[in-house]
Amino acid sequence: MSIDMTMAPAPLLPPQLMQTEALLSMRGVTRHYGEVRALRNVDVTVYPGEVLGIVGESGSGKSTLLRMMNLEDTPDRGDYRLRLRGRDDGNLFDLGRYERRMLCAHHIGIVYQNPHLGLLMRHSSSGNVAERLLIAGERSFEVLRSKARDALDASEFPLSRMDARPAELSGGMQQRVQLAKAIALEPALLLLDEPTTGLDVSVQALVLDTLKRLQRDRNITMVLVSHDLGVIRTMADRVLVMRHGEVVEQGLADQVFQDPQHPYTQQLVHAKL
Amino acid sequence: MTLAALTKPWAATSYGFLDASAKRELRRKMLKAIAVPGCQMPYASREVPMARGWGTGGLQVTLTLVNPQSTIKVIDQGADDGVNAASIRRFISRVSGAAETWDTLDASIVQSRHRVPEETMREDQILVLQVPNPEPLRGVEPNMSIARQMHADADYGRLWLTLYEQLVRKGRIMQGAAYPSLVNGRHVMTPSPIPRWDVPKLNMARHLTFLSAGREKRLHAVPPFTRVEPLVFSDRPYRVEDHADLVCRRSGIAGYFMNEIPQDSGGSVFEVSDSNLGIKAIRRAEGEAVEIGATWYENGEYSA
Repeated sequence: MSIDMTMAPAPLLPPQLMQTEALLSMRGVTRHYGEVRALRNVDVTVYPGEVLGIVGESGSGKSTLLRMMNLEDTPDRGDYRLRLRGRDDGNLFDLGRYERRMLCAHHIGIVYQNPHLGLLMRHSSSGNVAERLLIAGERSFEVLRSKARDALDASEFPLSRMDARPAELSGGMQQRVQLAKAIALEPALLLLDEPTTGLDVSVQALVLDTLKRLQRDRNITMVLVSHDLGVIRTMADRVLVMRHGEVVEQGLADQVFQDPQHPYTQQLVHAKL
Repeated sequence: MTLAALTKPWAATSYGFLDASAKRELRRKMLKAIAVPGCQMPYASREVPMARGWGTGGLQVTLTLVNPQSTIKVIDQGADDGVNAASIRRFISRVSGAAETWDTLDASIVQSRHRVPEETMREDQILVLQVPNPEPLRGVEPNMSIARQMHADADYGRLWLTLYEQLVRKGRIMQGAAYPSLVNGRHVMTPSPIPRWDVPKLNMARHLTFLSAGREKRLHAVPPFTRVEPLVFSDRPYRVEDHADLVCRRSGIAGYFMNEIPQDSGGSVFEVSDSNLGIKAIRRAEGEAVEIGATWYENGEYSA
């Protein structure tokens, strides 16, 4: 009995998610720090509404890549575009200082691992959120107050403490303030740099819970960097594995974790299991 | 011709105390400061026979501007007869030959600490303010290099944030003096420790204002007819001190900025802070023909 080759299944369609136009596309990003090669020819695409996880060991270029996305650093070469409503800025790496700052304030939110990087520790928590709005040009005190309250509420921060200084708060609370600050202007893109590293497991779960709920309710596009595969597994739709400044493997989260192709990814997944 | 013949004869001091190169540098920086209103210009603050922090910045600007036809008024907290004001005025007059006055209307240069005179200044007058701290961002950004970048980016979010937190904590804006103000829609300056009462006087003023900090070695300027807008929230209007209804116990005039003098009884009495205005009002009440100029505030309401 011969096999009818015409009956072979049609190639799989890419998932629904990836059929839309990309929100973020980075092409050929390369960055050296002196002798050290931090990123080499990295291509990243992020689709609207998805959570992209970036995993890799320390020094693999994860955080450098995230800093590039937040326009904090400029690569040696590379192209970076964001598809935002009603604007075309071309290659964002070519923008001037001021335009970068305004673009980041309006369209990109970031949560750092270290709250000292993202927060003004001497100012109140609600003030930290309000600063974002002030930079964007909001000048009404009542509007500032209510928007800061809404953002803190959305990140499940206890409102009774909204005027406490972040220095007086616990680590988990500080991350929530950072999150509120990041989402206050409803950014197109939310960058999370190891948001739960350094928190104990129960608090970590609560913060991830908040992130998941936000993602579901507001359909925010997120890029999540972590070395913790558990966190990535919980959150990410797609995963990008980095090593020595290069992307070694990418794909749907289940696919990468269940059926890793690259030897390094296999090591990584098995080390976890 | 010998070199000696070309050289100026030696003199113990130069005109106006400062040497020619110091004045040249200051003039260049003053012109730059006028060209970019509100932007702080660094300068090499020279030694003058006074301790840093006692008005050396203002003094250097005045000594650069002064000429024998000038008339100098110096005020300290509104008063012409304070020790510091009297000494500075006498010193300037001695090294330049300029006339001294207490009357704002007669002065061509007014050097001041903490106050803008109540009588409206004219196009031909220059106000020189002594500034202890010219950097509005100092309170929110201790690193001055970063503060300069923030000025370049017009990144003033944290100044607004300070006001926001005052409103949150106290329900009103607590900034009493040196109220941060946006000059010409671009640079935020701290207008020396003048009270809130005096900030509107700088907006679209007819006179030129220099603000100079000798210890911090920086000066900035508000040219005539330049917008000076205090930072305020759209739903929390700018408020000056509630001095409109206070009456001066010496001169009986009301509607000006007052000094509060606490009494043993626990209460307090008030005296008009611009002392020469009070003196003129008393003289006029006694029948002398004294001219009191138009004032920025009329009956406690800003009217210019």
